Amino acid sequence: MTSTVRDTPLRAVHERLGATMTEFAGWRMPLRYGSETAEHNAVRSSAALFDLSHMGEIALTGPGAGAALDYAVCGWPSKLAVGRARYTMLCAPDGGILDDLIIYRQAADRFLVVANASNTAVVLAELRRRGTAPAVTGGYGGASPREEAGGAPDTMAPSAIGRAAGETVVTDESDTTGLVSIQGPNGCDILSRHTDLPLAEMPYYAGAYGTVAGRPAWVARTGYTGEDGFEIFCAPDDCEPVWDALYHSVPGGLPVAGLAARDTLRLEAGMPLYGNELGPDVTPYEAGLGRVVRLDKPGDFVGREALAARAASGPRRTLIGLLGGSRRVPRHGYPVLTGSGPVGVVTSGAPSPTLGLPIALAYVERDATGPFVIDIRGKTEPAEKTGLPFYDRRK
Amino acid sequence: MGVPAELRYTQEHEWISVEGSTATIGITDFATQALGDVVYVSLPAVGAALAAGEPCGEVESTKSVSDLYAPVDGEVLEVNEELNDDPGLINAEPYGLGWMFKIRVADWQAAEASLLSPAEYDALTKSAG
Repeated sequence: MTSTVRDTPLRAVHERLGATMTEFAGWRMPLRYGSETAEHNAVRSSAALFDLSHMGEIALTGPGAGAALDYAVCGWPSKLAVGRARYTMLCAPDGGILDDLIIYRQAADRFLVVANASNTAVVLAELRRRGTAPAVTGGYGGASPREEAGGAPDTMAPSAIGRAAGETVVTDESDTTGLVSIQGPNGCDILSRHTDLPLAEMPYYAGAYGTVAGRPAWVARTGYTGEDGFEIFCAPDDCEPVWDALYHSVPGGLPVAGLAARDTLRLEAGMPLYGNELGPDVTPYEAGLGRVVRLDKPGDFVGREALAARAASGPRRTLIGLLGGSRRVPRHGYPVLTGSGPVGVVTSGAPSPTLGLPIALAYVERDATGPFVIDIRGKTEPAEKTGLPFYDRRK
Repeated sequence: MGVPAELRYTQEHEWISVEGSTATIGITDFATQALGDVVYVSLPAVGAALAAGEPCGEVESTKSVSDLYAPVDGEVLEVNEELNDDPGLINAEPYGLGWMFKIRVADWQAAEASLLSPAEYDALTKSAG
């Protein structure tokens, strides 16, 4: 709603590195520094640095925070042990996806919710609002009066479950949090030289408070590349010292990677992107992510009724992986057909640097069976259905 | 990088050099920077008759696909087969090994009038970028 483009704390660094910048979700971000294929390959074979400071960070604190989140999202955050993370989703009452999230339990009474940059305002508003909704009736409460007053932190009246446990404070920490990520098989070794944390012992989807390059940080073994890697949440002013320490760990500089490589990396890993595979007209079941919906958790949560019905009936369409049969690349929005006509649409497509051929994710009708073809600008090309992910580092 | 002085250019970010009646065509350095890594290029068939301004091929990069246009009227004499195996040549040497196709131009003087000079193309890229 604002046309102002924001800069991350690392803008000057990107300029020095000669990045091609692009506008993404209201932020000026590095698209690539040189060859995006080389950046992609660096993550697969060694390690590379990313600036992800555009991501939204929202903290829920207080004795009711876990219960408030259990009501707000479709996962079961209150079950998380301290120091663990989970991928989950914020759904609308009709089961549509408003955002996909990573939730870290940083302390018994503190959760960090990481939202997509484009959805941070929606996630923040929903998290504030859902704390006020009377969970016992399954109703969907209106905006809290405190929300209209603006300002953070915002103390919310917790949900029925939360009320028993105590209050929750929702704080938008996006402006006070920078995010530097190192992704790739060598990331653990490189980051270990600059932190007091025993990273080799840290499980995947875990995190801990420590220091990086002497600066306080929350360091988590998470990422969006299909590779081992770490995300370093720190104060904006600490981003550059953290980045520089990691960058200079390797003679000639550690590889750096932009959003173009991030997109092909996540696509190879079969990870959905909000706005492509996920959106308000898609439920987690269609996206193949029904496992994140915890219908087995106690109490109501937003979307439970609709999601339970969808779980019982099965999704109308399913997300599948396709391997391109020619060198022409399927792109977002291209029709998918079988001999009997159109059956779906490509949501993401790219030339896969690792596989050396075009790959695509597509929604197709549940009962559609191949062989599939993709209409690439008026000329169909064969496409072979394949299992997801396209790339699995453990294989 | 830059805009070589001996070439002519189009609004579509292609370059043309001419020797006798043969014009060689490729895409500019500015275009390759905007596209990112080129992964595939489809070129017109040898012998095809091209009309200026008509699409005659495609350039696929990681993030996007762009049409290739015939900058002038003419018959296709040769295409750069090397690009089939190594489309990265277009990024590495857009004005050299990354050339795309050659056409026989009937009337270069008439054709040249429709093209941009290096100064004009330089101004175009500066206003775009």
